[in-house]
Amino acid sequence: MRLHKKDDPKHLIQEVLEKPSNRRSFLKGVSIAAAAGSAALTAGCIPDAEGTGLEEARLRWQEFFKKNYRLMSQEEKEQTVRRLERLASIQDQAQLQIGSEPPLEKVLFGYAFNISRCEGFMECVTACVKENNLDRKSNTQYIRIFEMEPGQLDPGTGDGQFYHKVPVDHKFYTGTQCFHCENAPCTKACPTRATWKEPDGIVVVDYDWCIGCRYCQAACPYYGRRFNWGQSEVPKEEVTPKQHYLGNRKRPKGKMEKCTFCIQRTRKGRLPACVEACPTGSRVFGNLLDPDSEIRYVLKHKKVFRMREELGTDPKFWYFID
Amino acid sequence: MSAAQKNLRTFLVDAIRWNVSGGIGFQIFRLLLFIGMGVGIYAYSFQARYGLAVTGMNDIVSWGFYISNFTFLVGVAAAAVMLILPAYIFHDPDFHRVVIIGEGVAVGALVMCLCFILVDLGGPLQAWHLIPGIGIFNFPSSILAWDVLVLNGYLLLNALVPAYILYCHYRGKTADERKYRPFVFLSIFWAFSIHMVTAFLYQGLPARPFWNNPLMGPRFLASAFAAGPALIALILAVIHNSSSYKIERTVFNKLRLIIVVSAIINLIMLFSEIFKEFYFPTHHSSSAIYLFFGMDGHNSLVPWIWSSVGVNFLATLVLAFNPGKNNPRVLLPACGFLFVAIWMEKGIGLIVPGLIPSPLGEVVDYLPTWVELGVTLGILSLGITVVSWLIRTALIIEQDYAQQLQQERLP
Repeated sequence: MRLHKKDDPKHLIQEVLEKPSNRRSFLKGVSIAAAAGSAALTAGCIPDAEGTGLEEARLRWQEFFKKNYRLMSQEEKEQTVRRLERLASIQDQAQLQIGSEPPLEKVLFGYAFNISRCEGFMECVTACVKENNLDRKSNTQYIRIFEMEPGQLDPGTGDGQFYHKVPVDHKFYTGTQCFHCENAPCTKACPTRATWKEPDGIVVVDYDWCIGCRYCQAACPYYGRRFNWGQSEVPKEEVTPKQHYLGNRKRPKGKMEKCTFCIQRTRKGRLPACVEACPTGSRVFGNLLDPDSEIRYVLKHKKVFRMREELGTDPKFWYFID
Repeated sequence: MSAAQKNLRTFLVDAIRWNVSGGIGFQIFRLLLFIGMGVGIYAYSFQARYGLAVTGMNDIVSWGFYISNFTFLVGVAAAAVMLILPAYIFHDPDFHRVVIIGEGVAVGALVMCLCFILVDLGGPLQAWHLIPGIGIFNFPSSILAWDVLVLNGYLLLNALVPAYILYCHYRGKTADERKYRPFVFLSIFWAFSIHMVTAFLYQGLPARPFWNNPLMGPRFLASAFAAGPALIALILAVIHNSSSYKIERTVFNKLRLIIVVSAIINLIMLFSEIFKEFYFPTHHSSSAIYLFFGMDGHNSLVPWIWSSVGVNFLATLVLAFNPGKNNPRVLLPACGFLFVAIWMEKGIGLIVPGLIPSPLGEVVDYLPTWVELGVTLGILSLGITVVSWLIRTALIIEQDYAQQLQQERLP
């Protein structure tokens, strides 16, 4: 049985997706789409392959010509994340919730790492890989943990490939990741402004605006950036569905990515995955503008230092000693 | 065809006609270049499908063979100024006859530069994000944005000035010097700027101590003004031997002087750099140690750089002392060796060790894959095709024009 075009639920969904809308009509549209979708389900009417092919082509076309994320209005941001969600459901049959939450007011994120407490268990690395949907094929990791000899501080002198039982006596452990520099060399280098520092201090990449020249990677003195040399692969059952446009969403091949302080979590008031996962409590994260935060306590009462201070990059990542 | 019938359309048609005709040797040469380009397209198709994962690059060595060749070819393009300066500014009659060849080489080198950048991009389809207006151009903050600007500007200058002069000559008229002279001046400054800006691309990165070195820009210029004229001398010799366009001996003698002076300055600066790195090695010297002596059992570049330095030194000595008394059988191979030695050093010998060891101290080796080699072969074939088309067109027009001038002088 063919439905009349106007009543076709698939057609309705498309109309909703393409119509420019404000927040209210958007919410209304979502409810219509949900209704239409459930109608389609109950009717057992599976959209035919040719129709979704057309829709996919249209969505990809719109995605190709979209603006830099920073130039989008909040409405355009919502449209693009809806398109990305729809594309994920067409291409990978994945039900994702991609967010576009703006930075919180009066928040500047900072991070501290306790080198006297870390014991090199690498729970943080595992949690980060899982949370941020990092490529399992090339084994991409944002966090590096180094086993250090006493008397050294620069991770460059440590062993970043250790594979044995930890902790080892007379060694200590230190970690690196993107330091979200206030004076970031990477954002200065980017020829298309595809990477920038958000008002809450997080250095982000617009994966769809990046052209993949890798100049930022050459400019980073901390090895904080990773490139998608091929198409990233994450087993479907392991995908973290709660995502952010600037965070853990699927990265296309040929684009730069990096630690975002788990922007999809921290902008909703949660802790980054690495902080939550750390079994020794070596990782401290919080709002530098809040005088009562733990990070401020650490900066005030502990002996802290930063990596390669002499470069003037002003990282928002401190190391400290108990 | 009379001058009145000659217009832009016949100019283009004639240029194509001259370039598809030619002897059997020329046709084989053309066929080989086509095969080279075909290999390049085939290799690139893998990169387009699987991404840059099919290259030898990784998160530590994030720039490889493509960017190395790009960096070197910017120098070749800039070196055309060594012919333009004496020809247009000092009105050197010898160089006036060959300057067009230098400009053709510059255009070909720039086309190759832009292709190398394009194939190195992870998202070539997003390259339009660089175009001001429809994209965002991070100017003046990003040196890469400056580089895009100066390279395209230099390409325009080096293509349009000769095109104007040739078109006038094609129609049997003299080119109006007042019209093109300002652009010639501009292109001289521009030639220095393309190489300085490309050096600043690396020099401006405190993250990479091997590159973060104020000698980088001047050394780029010195090496370019040695390698570029060496290549042009070779091309002039080929033209001299395979066409009716004869090049004066004095041109080669003057080119030899330019090459020798630049090559010696280049070697002095190389010595100065080596002294700084090895007299009192700091952790900023680790890239140089990796390059010249190897590190942690990784030493793939050690034979590469020592052969480059050795050949460079010997070729410079031969060119300086001129043992064959201007014998081209001695000087031309020396030019060839010098060119290859500088390519080895200013290409892979500069880019790859800058990224090794990684900022976190990890040492890996880099080897280009067959895809990178194939794509590079394709781009080189394209560049040589462009150069040969431009030079062939230019020389036919110039010869006809010279004949016409001679006829006019006769009563």
